[in-house]
Amino acid sequence: MSVELLDATALLLVAMMRAAVPLALAALGELVTEKSGVLNLGVEGMMLTGAVAAFAATVSTGSMTFGLLAAVLAGMAMALLFGFLTLYLLTNQVATGLALTIFGIGLSAFVGQGFVGQTVEPMAAVSLGALSGIPFIGKLVFGQDPMVYLTLALTGGIWWFFARARAGLVVRAVGESPHAAHAIGYPVRLIRLGAVLFGGACCGLAGAYLSLVYTPMWVEGMTAGRGWIALALVVFATWRPWRAMLGAWLFGGITIIQLHVQGMGVDLPSQVLSMLPYLATIVVLVLISRDSTRIRLNAPASIGKVFHPEG
Amino acid sequence: MGMFKGTRLAAIAAVVAGLFGGAVTAQAADPLKVGFVYVGPVGDLGWSYQHDVGRKALEAHFGDKIKTAYVEDVAEGADAERVIAQFGQQGYDLVFTTSFGFMNPTLKVAKKFPKTKFEHATGYKTAENMGIYDARFHEGRAVIGTIAGHMTKTNVIGYIGSFPIPEVVRGINAVTLAARKVNPNVQVKVIWVNSWYDPGKEREAAETLIAQGADIITQHTDSPAAVQVAEEKGVWAFGQASDMAKFGPKRLLTSIIDDWSGYYIDRVQAVMDGKWKADTTWGGFKAGMVKLGPLNPAIPADVQKAAMDVKAGIEAGTLNPFAGPIKDQDGKERVKAGEALTDKDLLSMDWYVEGVQGKLPK
Repeated sequence: MSVELLDATALLLVAMMRAAVPLALAALGELVTEKSGVLNLGVEGMMLTGAVAAFAATVSTGSMTFGLLAAVLAGMAMALLFGFLTLYLLTNQVATGLALTIFGIGLSAFVGQGFVGQTVEPMAAVSLGALSGIPFIGKLVFGQDPMVYLTLALTGGIWWFFARARAGLVVRAVGESPHAAHAIGYPVRLIRLGAVLFGGACCGLAGAYLSLVYTPMWVEGMTAGRGWIALALVVFATWRPWRAMLGAWLFGGITIIQLHVQGMGVDLPSQVLSMLPYLATIVVLVLISRDSTRIRLNAPASIGKVFHPEG
Repeated sequence: MGMFKGTRLAAIAAVVAGLFGGAVTAQAADPLKVGFVYVGPVGDLGWSYQHDVGRKALEAHFGDKIKTAYVEDVAEGADAERVIAQFGQQGYDLVFTTSFGFMNPTLKVAKKFPKTKFEHATGYKTAENMGIYDARFHEGRAVIGTIAGHMTKTNVIGYIGSFPIPEVVRGINAVTLAARKVNPNVQVKVIWVNSWYDPGKEREAAETLIAQGADIITQHTDSPAAVQVAEEKGVWAFGQASDMAKFGPKRLLTSIIDDWSGYYIDRVQAVMDGKWKADTTWGGFKAGMVKLGPLNPAIPADVQKAAMDVKAGIEAGTLNPFAGPIKDQDGKERVKAGEALTDKDLLSMDWYVEGVQGKLPK
């Protein structure tokens, strides 16, 4: 490969990894929530709330750390509302999740009114001097923004949690059979609330990535449907963290590649190219779904079902 | 997603109706009711934002003689019809629907509610109670094309397109013609994102264009994301619909600004005076519907002058951005020297001029 082609490929991969971050973060959060048996369709709403909270806090305090913290707290606050309604007042999870999204869209627009048109300094990429200067690998491995690494670490952490940790096993048990877990004496609702809150925190961070790093500004509805894609990625990944990350890369990658293909003047209708990421997602979904035992093995059995502790 | 969006719109509509309805019943005289339907959120800082600036100007101008309401973020299609019909049902006197995709829904609703007057932006279908209006954005595009032609070093101008409709194609052609007039080596690279508003995707498109050699980015999408990318990567950018200097303090060359305030005030006044007719309005620099933001001081004086000359020429009617000779992509002469494209040609433009790269999706 020539140097230019190598550089172009590296650029493309870097762009792909960045495009994948908000999708992966939200999908990972939702994955943990769903593993505990709760389906929260409020991802888009929580992301938007996180995005506006992060932006508002960063503009007000001048510190991006505070911004990220605010996003986590805002996402968790939304998730707490959802958790309280579905786990303690036993409302329908699908309806409540949808309501949470609608609420989040409105709330974020309302809170963000005063912040439209302001800007923040974007988060700087990590620079490891000589290491980041290595051709190809330098930018890709050592020159990303910190959130890219955080997302990877989180993926590994969640994988470890569910595969190796005792606590992860408990969460899975709660998601598989809440009544059995309850009978043994595990506080099912509290565990589920914890998983929901974790999901909220991740979605908040995903939103913060959009408003602080990716497109450092606040505009209404800036998630533009990424929350729904994240939801699809969880199924796509059959509830496995590394697959969720892979799915986010695939989706982000095809999005970026179709733009490059257009710019190169390839004779394919742009509408078809725009469909590609979604088409690819569906194709992979179909391929995965053929193996039904695998899905049953990983899908939380009690997902979306209301749990009465007395029952 | 349609379903979710619909629910959300209904909620917004209810809130809007509640807020405005509640506030106005207390007032004495029967105010003229003016409704607006926006395709994006009013906080998009672009297209819908500028229409809402126009709405606010109406309120400031007429005070309690009118009552305005808006529904934002309305999807083009079936949702739009419902939202527009709601204004009809509530007895609104004048309704502005502000996106190309609202054309057919507006027409359908206009037939059902003959007492309500409708004005549709950027379309081409009319009815007895449905007029159309648009701004000659391509006049602004001709000015920024002139600046771009002078400022580019790589001779590649990147253009982020929303949808391949005549309005957008016209803009691409206007920039290309103007740029090649001052710099015949210029090529314009177009990437379609198939969305009016998706900051993330607009960002990705801008990055792609820069990676492929563009050192000037211009866009026909609604968020300032592309301007931010240009600032970050050190290439030049132009603002779309509103002044976006904040997002690219160093790298924004200028902005094309839509100004609907004057038009909206005129039309509401016409309804009040009983003189409203279903017209076709297509105003540009001269009518004040298209304005130019401040020029970046980094633009050399002679380029600033060249840009201002183009603007003055268009205003005076001595310069037509679509005057011949114009060749299309295949090198075929479409407009002879001494002739120019008519408004009808412009409104249905579906071909690229020479200098645009790639094929126009149809």
